[in-house]
Amino acid sequence: MLNLNNENFEKETEKDSVIVDFWAPWCGPCQMMGPAFESLSEKFEKVKFAKMNIDENPEIANKLGIQGIPCLIVLKDGKENGRIVGFMSKDILENKISEILNKS
Amino acid sequence: MYDLIIIGGGPAGLTAAIYAARYKLKTIVISKTRGGLAASAHAICNYPSYDRIDGLNLMEKFIKQVEELKVPIIYEEVGKIDKSENKFTVKTKENIFESKKVILAGGTERTKLNVKGEKEFIGRGVSYCATCDAPFFKNKITAVAGGGNAALTSALLLSEFSSKVYIIVRSKFRAEPSWIELVEKNSKIEPLLKEEIVEITGNEKVEKIKLKSGKELDVDGIFIEIGSVPDTNFVSNLRLEASERGYIITDENQETNIDGLYAAGDITESSLKQIVTAASQGAVASFSVYEKIKKQAVEIDSKTYNKT
Repeated sequence: MLNLNNENFEKETEKDSVIVDFWAPWCGPCQMMGPAFESLSEKFEKVKFAKMNIDENPEIANKLGIQGIPCLIVLKDGKENGRIVGFMSKDILENKISEILNKS
Repeated sequence: MYDLIIIGGGPAGLTAAIYAARYKLKTIVISKTRGGLAASAHAICNYPSYDRIDGLNLMEKFIKQVEELKVPIIYEEVGKIDKSENKFTVKTKENIFESKKVILAGGTERTKLNVKGEKEFIGRGVSYCATCDAPFFKNKITAVAGGGNAALTSALLLSEFSSKVYIIVRSKFRAEPSWIELVEKNSKIEPLLKEEIVEITGNEKVEKIKLKSGKELDVDGIFIEIGSVPDTNFVSNLRLEASERGYIITDENQETNIDGLYAAGDITESSLKQIVTAASQGAVASFSVYEKIKKQAVEIDSKTYNKT
């Protein structure tokens, strides 16, 4: 799993589809959803899966207007294409990711 | 075939797994989440042996113990359970598992307010998890809906970040007296009793909440902590006996009205819903499963013996 930070965020997300899991160590549901997010990365092979610790890198989360985590943002060529907020089961998460990827 | 499938990976399910492992039952845990609802609790001060611990840390300790006892935990969602004469078939999207007995310990799902603006502003001011999102509201104004333990502890946590915290309670506080006392002493928290939120409004983010009395409050965030409902959709085919509100009814051995099917924790009809009671029900459920399997093995043995 790719770990993003303030330095590599732009470079890693500027082209193609990237899905970023914004999380923080204090957030229980983020850890609860972690295994589901990681296992889904094998299902969506064409999309780059990445994680970003917003505690260590608050600037980008702030710029994206994130006010609730877990928050997954799908970026296409650097632009936001969809956002999934809150804890959910793996199946629902998979459906929501598919929905966003299919609309683009 | 497993002896026991435990559905749910919170305090009830994980304790059941610990006991089952020690009874040498061949067991697997299937869970949607890591640690269950308890993992999102901000502070737990009534679980014996810890003065104060956060939910995430406590549940990681439960998980570690289960893993050390070599009980597999798989993170999948159960879609359906079928029962034939003496076997349960548990289906997830990816797998099918079979077992002699099943313990339902899947807990509850959070209740929504069902007001205008709630869904639209999730992640933009509406939150169901103060431990996750309180730090986003530093020096801002927040409100909590609800009057139970979760609502009051959320308000106390928010008061460490926000400049002002309203608690909006439909009737009166239902929390432990210790939490009520802390809330009442906290100068940043303003309880509004006998009030209800009727609408959440804003442009890009939450800006206001409208109350039943007609009052409007400027807030940046609203945290919804109004309880939960049991997660039993996947067993609707089994004719399980449940209370009016949908909680599963069990006997003192945690067995349901269906032979071989047990339930423990928040999913059951019980007066106290705590980590310690969930854990205790999980232990009882696994003990009952063990006793039942042992008894049935003796019965089978004696049948074979009588034949010869």
